[in-house]
Amino acid sequence: MSWIAHCSEMNNLTSIVALHGLHLLLCLAVLWIVLGLAGMLQTRSTRFVAHFLFPLGAIVCLGVAILAGIFLATGHSPQIAILPLGLPNLPFHARLDTLSGFFLLLIGLAGAGISIFAAGYFRSGEGTAPGLLCLEYHVFLASMALVILADDAYFFMVAWETMALSSYFLVTAQHRIAEIRRAGFLYLLMAHVGALCLLLSFGALQGGRWQFTFDAMRSSSITPFWASAAFLLALLGFGAKAGLVPLHVWLPEAHPAAPSPVSAMMSGLMLSTAVYGMLRISFDILHIRYWWWGAVLLGVGLFSALFGAIFAAVQTDMKRLLAYSSIENIGIIFTGIGLAVLFDAAHLPLFAALALSAALIHTLNHSIFKSLLFLATGSVLHATNQRSLGKLGGLIRSMPWVATLALVGTLAIAGLPPLNGFVSEWLLLQSFLYTPQLPHAFLNMLIPLGAAVLALTAALAAYVMVKFYGVIFLGQHREPSLVHAQDADWLERIGLAWLALGCIVIGVVPQLVLRAAGTVTGTLLGQRVNLSSSFLWLAPIATKQASYSGLLLLAGLVVVVVITFVIVRVLAHGRLRRTVPWDCGYPWQTSRMQDTAEGFGQPIRHMFGSFFAMEVELPSPTDTAPRYRIHIEDRIWRALYLPIARAVQGLASWVGLLQGGRLPIYLLYSFLTLIALLGFVL
Amino acid sequence: MSAITMVRQFGEVLLAIAIAPLFAGWIAQCRAWLQSRTAPPLIQPYRMLRKLFSKDVALAADASPLFRVTPYILFGTMVLAAAIIPSIATDLPFARVADAIALIGLFATARVFQSLAAMDIGTAFGTMGARRDMMIGFLAEPALLMVLFNAFLLSGSTALPSVVEASTAHPFFVDPSLIFAAVAFVMILLAENARIPIDNPTTHLELTMIHEAMALEYSARHLALVEWAADLKLFNYACIGFALFLPRGIATHGKDGTAALGIAVLALLIKLILAGAALALIEALSAKLRIFRAPEYLAMAFLLAVLGLLVHLLLGT
Repeated sequence: MSWIAHCSEMNNLTSIVALHGLHLLLCLAVLWIVLGLAGMLQTRSTRFVAHFLFPLGAIVCLGVAILAGIFLATGHSPQIAILPLGLPNLPFHARLDTLSGFFLLLIGLAGAGISIFAAGYFRSGEGTAPGLLCLEYHVFLASMALVILADDAYFFMVAWETMALSSYFLVTAQHRIAEIRRAGFLYLLMAHVGALCLLLSFGALQGGRWQFTFDAMRSSSITPFWASAAFLLALLGFGAKAGLVPLHVWLPEAHPAAPSPVSAMMSGLMLSTAVYGMLRISFDILHIRYWWWGAVLLGVGLFSALFGAIFAAVQTDMKRLLAYSSIENIGIIFTGIGLAVLFDAAHLPLFAALALSAALIHTLNHSIFKSLLFLATGSVLHATNQRSLGKLGGLIRSMPWVATLALVGTLAIAGLPPLNGFVSEWLLLQSFLYTPQLPHAFLNMLIPLGAAVLALTAALAAYVMVKFYGVIFLGQHREPSLVHAQDADWLERIGLAWLALGCIVIGVVPQLVLRAAGTVTGTLLGQRVNLSSSFLWLAPIATKQASYSGLLLLAGLVVVVVITFVIVRVLAHGRLRRTVPWDCGYPWQTSRMQDTAEGFGQPIRHMFGSFFAMEVELPSPTDTAPRYRIHIEDRIWRALYLPIARAVQGLASWVGLLQGGRLPIYLLYSFLTLIALLGFVL
Repeated sequence: MSAITMVRQFGEVLLAIAIAPLFAGWIAQCRAWLQSRTAPPLIQPYRMLRKLFSKDVALAADASPLFRVTPYILFGTMVLAAAIIPSIATDLPFARVADAIALIGLFATARVFQSLAAMDIGTAFGTMGARRDMMIGFLAEPALLMVLFNAFLLSGSTALPSVVEASTAHPFFVDPSLIFAAVAFVMILLAENARIPIDNPTTHLELTMIHEAMALEYSARHLALVEWAADLKLFNYACIGFALFLPRGIATHGKDGTAALGIAVLALLIKLILAGAALALIEALSAKLRIFRAPEYLAMAFLLAVLGLLVHLLLGT
């Protein structure tokens, strides 16, 4: 009986979502802003802000996820609303369709975990007051949701800029540290360069009709040249936000500077909005796709992925390492989008749907496991005050909760079955297998090598993550003070556990998210991958070609491990004694003899040396106080950014010549300008 | 029907668990013969396992639960892989749980756990072994993927049962690309299973160890499971090789009566005997490479696999 009641309740909810889903979502976004403003009532009260407002924000996140989930599950037609906001005659348009539904689901799911964690994380006395942080944090969340709901270029850009500004203030929460101010400035600069490109891209998209709603852009028939220009500008704009190489330089600076929940939001959620924008423009607004767009996306994506993985392997700061790992994952996602464009341009919609599903699911996965790991570094940072990997170690003994939950994230991001990271990488590799069917003689020989690059990246990611986890949590304490490290508090544990649960559930029952991604590809490409009837199996093309079952894999593993354990205990014995580790005949083992982060990166530096600009300082054998120092830098700084900076400075000094500093000269300028303008008019 | 297939599935797994140490013992015996030494008896690995299971575990004082659970996970993943790989018959319930790419992932899971466990105690050699093993892993994976790409182009599938059925349908057809892929696969097999020329399974010199360095802290039943898992991994790799390149004898769908299964077991044993002898010969003829020559070795395997791919695409079959 109660089951029937439950069913009818569900039906009610679905019909409400069918009618008012968009309005409800907009209300929830407003609710976030209200929560943020409420924080301003008592800016200094950590208890009110952290233990009351942030959990409420998490509940709103859950609400967003549930609404978006129901919308995707029922597969309703798009909903449109015109908001009474904005300029006269230029109101904001909002729209909810499957693509925005998918990304709202992502923001809701990951945001809920981050908000709960943030409730336990933010403390007073660290830079910006908690109440102000609460405002910035919730405006950031709301603006991300609005970016995804926006249906005209004006609203989109307003939300996009709000997102950039609110996150800038969050990054510079500890603004008294000069390094953090510098990182924040770099971030703001790159965000604005990107926004400028986006503005130009929208200008190209309107096709001379001066209509800036996405609906008008969809129906405008722009020439191939302007379509390509719009695509490339969008790639630059969204690439700057997503951190594609060479526009990635702000990422490894800004992510470590921000407080950990903010790093998690930026890396897990904000980068996803850039992926969303790229998909919105290239698959929804532009009605045509050329194969070379796909080749460009594929090349940039693969290079970013490899670049990120290689640089992550040599980092010695745990948050910088994760930032480079984000570049790697964004590269993987753009690789998937590139493949989808290639397949779509060649009229192979099924394979395009496969590649696009892989990209979408990887975006979702990345938002979950990257948030989890950033939050875990936050707990470690609070417990130890250390970000440098060289001063951590052995925390699995003093922080078992964080260590266990971070292990789930580590295995997931390393792309290991049966967790979620593996599912999307598997789908992407599957779609690579069909590239020989592309009708380009050269490309279909080159692209399989792309699969090898992807495999190399995935395996390097595993290397990076073994380093990350091993150096922080395993081994001996590298500093004596680490013995007293405190485990995370219960709110932080809930946040971490929520995200870890996400990693496991998506990994074990990937059909859930594949179904959601299927509704998106159904709208964008008119095709979805094959969903087997049973929830056990993942067979996107056909069972005969390839199948995978995360649940059976996990179940089989658990059963075999348990049986083995029982048999060993029954047939043999369980005797055990604790002793000192084996010392290889050399009795003084100290914690300094373990591999350091630098040591773990050494094979990578050796093999991929040409990627880095390295300075190594080795001690000579006669040094009384030997010192080893290594400094690794991006080559791109010197190759690209410094020349641009110099050019800008040179140009500025030329322009500076105009600045005479005397009033008559300026009046002369005004006079000459007026004369020139008159020449135009007459 | 399903009960019978379940019984067969169990039979396949138990056979794998039982003969994996024997396969390792057979290779050791062949190597001893080739080096003009007196060979240990074939059942030496079993004696070793029995001895280890009866000993008391000596566990480092601050070993975490991760360290203690890892041997079981290693053994579990390898047993699971043995259930998935069609070594005897293709029509088994577990065969579709993972395709070949997911199998690589499963092996990677085992490798990551073993590396993490090696870092857990925090001794110099353990972390060094972990770092080196992960390095070999990321070098081998692209090459292995290219080998699978070859198989996919020929049979249109990465699921091993489908690969076997596709190639047994044309028993006398050998695609030239397969030869390149097979050579690449053997090179990867040697690297992934810590054998000469990448690693020496019989070494006693810590500085050159990879796999042994990671197992240094293990003792008694934990060590037994780690070693047994290593034997199973070698056996599994051999069976993947058979499924890709020598599928003759494997009982396919519809032709898996008791007689066919008997033949399949017999064929597997013959293939293992020949493969073991061949591996021993390769190992006896080659010398261990310096660790930083390993990238060159695995790059060669990768290029061979790519060459196979190009041969296939250029011949346009």
